[in-house]
Amino acid sequence: MPRLEPALRARLAAGGRCLVPYVTGGFPGVDAGLLRELQDAGADAIEVGIPFSDPVMDGGVIQEASRVSLEAGTRPRDVLATIAQAALDIPVAVMTYVNPVFRLGEDAFLDDAVSGGVSGLIVPDLPVDEAGEWIGRCRRRDMATVFLAAPGSSPDRLVATAEASRGFVYCVSTYGVTGARERLAGTAREVVESLRPLTDTPLLVGVGIGTPEQAAEATEFADGVIVGSALMARLVEGDRAGSLGLVRSLRAAVA
Amino acid sequence: MSTPARPDARGRFGTYGGRYVPEVLIPALDELAAAWAELRDDPGFRGELDALLRDFVGRPTPVTEAARLSHELGCRIWLKREDLAHTGAHKINNAIGQVLLARRLGKTRIIAETGAGQHGVATATACALLGLPCVVYMGEEDIGRQAPNVTRMELLGAQVVPVTAGQRTLKEAVNQALRDWAGSVRTTHYVIGSVVGPHPFPGLVRDLQRVIGDEAREQMNERTGRDPDVVVACVGGGSNSIGMFTAFVGEPDVRLVGVEAGGRGSTLGEHCRSITLGQPGILHGAMTYLLQDPDGQTASTHSISAGLDYPGVGPEHAWLHDEGLAEYVSATDEEALAGFRALARTEGIIPALEPAHVIGWLLAKPLEEGSTVLVCLSGRGDKDLDTVRHALGDGPA
Ligand SMILES: Cc1ncc(COP(=O)(O)O)c(C=O)c1O
Repeated sequence: MPRLEPALRARLAAGGRCLVPYVTGGFPGVDAGLLRELQDAGADAIEVGIPFSDPVMDGGVIQEASRVSLEAGTRPRDVLATIAQAALDIPVAVMTYVNPVFRLGEDAFLDDAVSGGVSGLIVPDLPVDEAGEWIGRCRRRDMATVFLAAPGSSPDRLVATAEASRGFVYCVSTYGVTGARERLAGTAREVVESLRPLTDTPLLVGVGIGTPEQAAEATEFADGVIVGSALMARLVEGDRAGSLGLVRSLRAAVA
Repeated sequence: MSTPARPDARGRFGTYGGRYVPEVLIPALDELAAAWAELRDDPGFRGELDALLRDFVGRPTPVTEAARLSHELGCRIWLKREDLAHTGAHKINNAIGQVLLARRLGKTRIIAETGAGQHGVATATACALLGLPCVVYMGEEDIGRQAPNVTRMELLGAQVVPVTAGQRTLKEAVNQALRDWAGSVRTTHYVIGSVVGPHPFPGLVRDLQRVIGDEAREQMNERTGRDPDVVVACVGGGSNSIGMFTAFVGEPDVRLVGVEAGGRGSTLGEHCRSITLGQPGILHGAMTYLLQDPDGQTASTHSISAGLDYPGVGPEHAWLHDEGLAEYVSATDEEALAGFRALARTEGIIPALEPAHVIGWLLAKPLEEGSTVLVCLSGRGDKDLDTVRHALGDGPA
């Protein structure tokens, strides 16, 4: 399986910026074919979410997508099976809330993720200070650990987040949960600029980025963007072509 | 006030507790933990809080000997009367304390979740008293079954926001409050309503609720010359029970019993028996006992009482259970209704459906005859009249 950080670095080395679309696993239409089309539309990596019953970091669109996916009977292993089936050339990072990992057991969950061809894990409700054993278990499997940095994170915490992150650092652009916003928050730049001296891991901005203009603005200072709700909003409406079109225009905007 | 050495610096009660929340909330939790460490024993803050508890809430609440019920059950039953606290439940002890604390922190807006509406009413009341705007998240299902409390919150000037996700009850209301807080954390304090959530909430809410047990222990010793043999309280998130238990934890001669909501039976989805039927898991920022499916998805729950209708429980209870320091049992909807009727008819007290579970459990005479039993009567039943009338088929209650 392709490794996360080298894939992103290759894009940066070529003078571009990284584009990571997010999709909710198991949502009707989010199948291996869609993942391949996202790759063809220009994604450098894909973030696939395991739907969870209580997605407290998510706004309305991803809550709804998660609900529909769970109602369709999606289980974590179904999401991993889709990723394995897609057999992509680009890396996949899985986003999951912490309890499904805890319930199965960290080792068992990671073994399944490795078999599914997953390259990295994003656990938004597992802050660095609760992740001691998790980090070790991921390192032993060469699984990238993506942690979140947020506006308001103290200097100490930024250092810890930067040190613990592999693949990329997920820079949360604004105070709040996922969901497209009118404008890119000024805090996005602050988070990226305060992390820059601390690490050479790629710094990607996520939460609230939904348009090519916002993506272009964010990549003036960041190494890339993660776009989720804007994409899922189209898929929730059944507009697969629109979601792929958005990814192509985002690709063009971040070049 | 003596200071329990729990939780540890990382917010752990043994393996339970912790802070499993998005990074964006961590600075506010750090700020809150530091402020509470400083203020919990600060004479100025304590003085202000104690004066409000006395003059506004009406503390100390009495203990009442339940003579006729005692006679029927063959035990000596005493009721700690949190139903007589202003707003009708123990929730006000926590709400007043946290809103005072929020004001010290310079926060200008208060949010809360509520299930039964008692915590929402208590928080709206504290906000009206202290002059802060208040938003309360409440599941649509609960808005339906606890309508009088919605009116009360609105009259008190709070904005009640319906939550339509999932089962539309307490768990979803907490989710929505946490999402609001992620966006508003610089100006807003989240007054969580029980001993749940990320550190420092479980310890903070316990510290504010322990007044129940501290008062009751002294009152029991005054009235009966000794500690009770058994202390019983209902367990939703676990705040009235922790508030009651804390004064007695570790006393070898006092049995502590928490009563969970047994709902309609022991199939997952039909009850709220987090400790007695759940497994360790992580919900709302803490590791604790949780009702969940094999994939770690939170299970649906059922209880006739909105205040107990929650799939998790405070992490300190999980620890008390594992350490054998408290025991946990359950009472079904039907037993709670029987308890509700029994207390009304034998004692002239209409309890909330939540503590009616305790009375319902006692009706089966599970305790040794002659025991002295201290019950936390956590709230009054006005909010539940519709539910009870409906459950009893509109016949005579
Ligand atoms: C009267 C009463 N008792 C008990 C509870 C359950 O909460 P806890 O377990 O935190 O005391 C509630 C919650 O709304 C309540 O209103």
